[in-house]
Amino acid sequence: MQQVFARPESLKDVQTHFCPGCQHGTVHRLVAEALDQFGVQQKTIGVASVGCSVFLYGYFDIDVVEAPHGRAPAVATGVKRARPDSFVFTYQGDGDLAAIGTAEIIHAANRGEDITVIFVNNTTYGMTGGQMAPTTLVGQKTSTSPYGRNKAKDGAPIRMAEVLAQLGGVAYSARVAVDSPKHVLEAKKVIKRAFQFQAEGKGFSFVEVLSSCPTNWGMNPLAANKRIGDEMIPYFPLGVFKNEEQ
Amino acid sequence: MSKRLFVKGNEAAAMGAIEAGCRYYFGYPITPQSDIPEYLSRELPKLNGEFIQAESEVAAINMLLGASACGVRAMTSSSSPGISLKQEGISYMAGAELPGVIINISRSGPGLGGIDASQSDYFQSVKGGGHGGYRIAVLAPNSVQEMYDLTMHAFDLADQYRTPVMVLGDSVIGQMKEALVPNPRPNRELPAKGWAVRGKSGGEQRIVKSLFLGDGELEAHNWRLHAKYKQMMDVECLSEEFETADAKLLVTAYGSVARIAHTAVAMAREEGLKVGLFRPITLCPFPEKALKAAGERAGRILDIELNTGQMVEDVRLAVGSNVEVSFYGRPPGAGSLPSPEELLDQIRKHYA
Repeated sequence: MQQVFARPESLKDVQTHFCPGCQHGTVHRLVAEALDQFGVQQKTIGVASVGCSVFLYGYFDIDVVEAPHGRAPAVATGVKRARPDSFVFTYQGDGDLAAIGTAEIIHAANRGEDITVIFVNNTTYGMTGGQMAPTTLVGQKTSTSPYGRNKAKDGAPIRMAEVLAQLGGVAYSARVAVDSPKHVLEAKKVIKRAFQFQAEGKGFSFVEVLSSCPTNWGMNPLAANKRIGDEMIPYFPLGVFKNEEQ
Repeated sequence: MSKRLFVKGNEAAAMGAIEAGCRYYFGYPITPQSDIPEYLSRELPKLNGEFIQAESEVAAINMLLGASACGVRAMTSSSSPGISLKQEGISYMAGAELPGVIINISRSGPGLGGIDASQSDYFQSVKGGGHGGYRIAVLAPNSVQEMYDLTMHAFDLADQYRTPVMVLGDSVIGQMKEALVPNPRPNRELPAKGWAVRGKSGGEQRIVKSLFLGDGELEAHNWRLHAKYKQMMDVECLSEEFETADAKLLVTAYGSVARIAHTAVAMAREEGLKVGLFRPITLCPFPEKALKAAGERAGRILDIELNTGQMVEDVRLAVGSNVEVSFYGRPPGAGSLPSPEELLDQIRKHYA
């Protein structure tokens, strides 16, 4: 009988610690499939960030360096410069990348470091219990915006894929979502496309993935998943914002 | 006779790093250490190395963390306020047991303070500096030659003990020019870096991390880090003694002010005063055994620092209550560097 579906080589055969309905597992799988497709598992160095994604090394069967909060792009810069033949990606959440790590992501991108950044945007700090993130939508209630995000006081949510697309060193910047089979298949293509840029040494590539956090949103997984399409995509449009084919 | 060069202390540190095999440097401009990134931005590309002027001190130390995790010799440098910013990364490197060299050409503080020669970062350097309870090795050169030699030594200590190592100087040591004999790299046998990430390459997964959540893991990790510190204390202490054999008063001083103290001690000897100088070269591990012996011989110590009294606490801990320890300090600032005559006056005052 022909096998049509299997666990990617780059993922370990273990259960994750993620909450019910969390989509980190889906994103992990898409990244692992892309590593498998390029045949780079054995030369990949992943850089884990601080947040729910810190346990990257527990799920990916690759070498991993753990970065301080927000510093993954700087750590990845040091890794890639020291081992230019390796395949390097960071996996970061929205608090990590778009708040405390803003300087690191902007400048690694602007230098055109030959790395790939997977940015999981779920509009909240998941690990610490659902506080307001730089991506929290206006009006969204969180544990530190109990009256809803106030644009006048808290500012508007940051659209990182568009911000980074403005920088000269960025070869590829896109936003995808994982709320439907169609979107997951698109996300898979985009993540592979991003890795292709690194495989060809074409510079910095960035994929923002809209995903849900049912636990901290206070929703069941189906309702949380529906929120991505109803509320997030209208503000964070899907698409490719920079694509520097050579 | 080997060649002699006439260079600044900062340049000597950069040259020592290159001789030690360091090909990766990440830094940020700050006075009075900018000669180091300037020198390495010129020289590393010629050696197929990598120089990055980082967007911040925080980014620079994290680039060092990443490069070091790959097993290469790498370095950053800065000065006091910049070193404060690097403490996050230094703590993570200590926790993940990553080697790496940090040169601190310290300035005066607190806050923005000034750029004058200062020893106000002794506590920050030797007591951990960042969060989490750890020690890193700290070396205190007092000459251009030592800037070169001790920077090479710092790389060896870092690799031997898998720890960040700091070379602590100030504007006197970093900015002055002296003759330098560019000695070849020491031939120390060092452990293989089997822990470094390289892509699995068909082998076992390698993980560089400082997160330990398993029951009892972190406690065991802390004791393991402490054991490395104790081992360094046993075998890596360095100090220099001048005229201590028959001294009745022992002066203790390190780094730049030890040079002035050395002159003052020589002047006191000319007056017939039996005075000696004990200069710690490793501030961490602190050379407490050698100091205890010299201190007990003399019976009295005068500690001199460019601050309001920091190393003096370690001096007191080392010698115990049987040795009388006095302190003379000149906190940093324009015009605060003591003259040899000023220190000689203090020696006379504390002598017998």
